Amino acid sequence: MADKVLMKGNEAIAEAAILAGCRHYFGYPITPQTEIAAYMAKRMPKIGGTFLQAESEIAAINMVYGVSSTGKRVMTSSSSPGISLKGEGISYIAGADLPALIVNVQRGGPGLGGIQPSQSDYFQATKGGAHGDFHMIVLAPSSVQEMADLTVKGFDLADAYRTPVMILADGTMGQMMEPVSLDYTPKAPVEKPWATTGTQMQREHNIVNSLFLAPDELEDMNMKRFQRYAAIEKNETLYEEYRMEDADICIVAFGIAARVSKNAINEARARGIRAGMIRPITLWPFPTAPISAATQHVHSFISVELSMGQMIEDVRLAVEGRAPVTLCNRTGGMIPSPEQVLQAIQTAAENGGAK
Amino acid sequence: MYTYKRITLLSGHYGSGKTNLAVNMAFDLKQHYEHVAIADIDIVNPYFRTKDSVRELEQAGIRLICSPFANSNLDIPALPQDIYSITDDRSVMSVVDIGGDDRGALALGRWTPGILEEDNYEMLLVINRFRPLTPDASSTLEVMHEIETAGGLPFTGIINNSNLGAETTAEDVLSSLSYAQEVSRLSGLPLRMTSVMDTLYESLKDRIENLFPLKITCKGVNEYGKANI
Repeated sequence: MADKVLMKGNEAIAEAAILAGCRHYFGYPITPQTEIAAYMAKRMPKIGGTFLQAESEIAAINMVYGVSSTGKRVMTSSSSPGISLKGEGISYIAGADLPALIVNVQRGGPGLGGIQPSQSDYFQATKGGAHGDFHMIVLAPSSVQEMADLTVKGFDLADAYRTPVMILADGTMGQMMEPVSLDYTPKAPVEKPWATTGTQMQREHNIVNSLFLAPDELEDMNMKRFQRYAAIEKNETLYEEYRMEDADICIVAFGIAARVSKNAINEARARGIRAGMIRPITLWPFPTAPISAATQHVHSFISVELSMGQMIEDVRLAVEGRAPVTLCNRTGGMIPSPEQVLQAIQTAAENGGAK
Repeated sequence: MYTYKRITLLSGHYGSGKTNLAVNMAFDLKQHYEHVAIADIDIVNPYFRTKDSVRELEQAGIRLICSPFANSNLDIPALPQDIYSITDDRSVMSVVDIGGDDRGALALGRWTPGILEEDNYEMLLVINRFRPLTPDASSTLEVMHEIETAGGLPFTGIINNSNLGAETTAEDVLSSLSYAQEVSRLSGLPLRMTSVMDTLYESLKDRIENLFPLKITCKGVNEYGKANI
C-alpha cells in the first residue's frame, strides 16, 4: 500500500479497526455509515475475520457483547436511529464491564430524520447513552485521519478501562475523502483474565453479566465503576486549542463544526478580532478544565453545533456564569457556514462580553 | 484530444472519482457538441452526486438526468424515467455516471442491450491507485470483473484518475503511471487518458500522454477540504 491512501472517513474507521486487531464486526446497514460495513464485508473474509450483517441493530450489539466476553476486539457501527436501537445492549456492555467500540456516524433527527450530517446525538452519547448509571468514552474526530487514529485509540481505551467507547462522527466525516496515513505500531495485547475463554479445568468459571441479585452489591459495583470513570476523567481528556493564547472570544466546536469554525476564526483574526477555539476531542470526558481556565482572558464563548444546542450545556457548566455563552447552530442535516460563524464572532465582539 | 463516442460510460471502484470526471467530461463535450447530457445512475451513494453541480451544468446548457431524490433525505435507489432517453435519443452526446462497484453497476444492466445494439459507446474503467482497496493492478482487475459481471457491458478503456484529493502532487500522478500501465497490460484495455486537477495540468502536460484537466471540482474536495485541520 502507498504511504498515503485516499479514504472516506467510514473506510478509515474500518481499516484502522482491522489494524488495531479487530477481527469481528457486526452491523446493520444505514446511511451515512454503510461504507464501514461494506469495507468490512470485503476485508474480513480475506484476513480470517468475521463480518456478519445481523438481522437488526439489536442483534448486532448483542453479538458484540458476546464476542467481547471472550476477550476479542469487536466493533459495531450505525447511525443515529440505529444507535438508539443498540441502547439496551450498550448499557448491558457497560454493566458487564466489557470493552467494545461503537461507531455513530450521526444523521439528522429526531425519528427517522434524514441522511444528512448532524451532531444531535450529543446528549445521548455523552450522558450515558441508555439506561442506568454509566458513561462511555466518546471520541469526536474532525478529519479522516482522526477517524482512523481515534479508532485505534478507542480500542486501546476500551481495553484499558473495560468500557464501551463511542466514535461520535457525523455524515460529513463519514463520507468525505482525504489522504490518510495508516502507520500504527501495534501495542502488546492487554491481559484479559476475566474473559470467558474456557477454564481448561485450571481455574474458576469467569462470569460476564450485568445482573446483581443483591441491591447493595449493585451499588458497590456502580461505585467502583465510577472510580474508574474518575480515572478516565483525570487521564484521558483530549482537546485541541487553536489560536487561544490571546483570545477574547472562544469558540467551542467539535467534528465538522470545528473545521468550519477554523475558517471563520482565521477570517475574524484577519479583521482584527482575537478569536480562538477549544475543540473537544473527547466529548466525555469533556474538557471542562481548559474551558474554565480560558475564562481568565475570554469575554465570550460561542458553542458551534449541528444541533439545537446540546454541548452548550457542558460549556456553560465549565464557564460557570463567568462569561456569556451563545449558540451558533444549524440542525436537521444542515451545516453552519464559515460566514454564519464569523457573524456570531462579530456579534460577540460588538457585545464585548455584556450579558 | 480525446475522441468521444456517442455514449461515454464511467464506472469503477467507489471513490475513484467517477462523478467529478463525468461532470468535467460533460463540459468538455459541450465545447464541441450542441446537445450534451449527463446521466447519474448511481443507486448506491446518496451523498456526492452529479446534482451537486446542477447550477453549473444548467448554466452551460448541459442536460442533467438524475433521480429527483438525489441529495434529498429520501434514501432509496431510484432512477428517473427520462434516463431512457440516453439510448432512445441518439442525437445527444451522453456521459453516464455509474455507481461504485458491482452493486452500482447492477442498474446499468437495464440499458446494456440498447447500448450494445447501437454500438457507439465507450465504457471506461476509472482507476485510482491511492484508494485502499485498489492499490495494485490485480485488486483493480478484481473490481473490474465484478462490475462487468453485474452490468453486462464489457469495458473498452481505462482512465487513470489516481489522486490524493486536494493534496495530490505531480509526483503522486507520475508515480501512478506504471500502475495504470500494468492495469492496461493485464486487462488488455487501452489507457485512454490520465486525469489531473487543473492546477497540475501545466506541469504534467508534456510528461504524460493524453492528459485531461479536471477544471471543476465537486463537493467533498473543495467545500470541506479547504478547512485546514
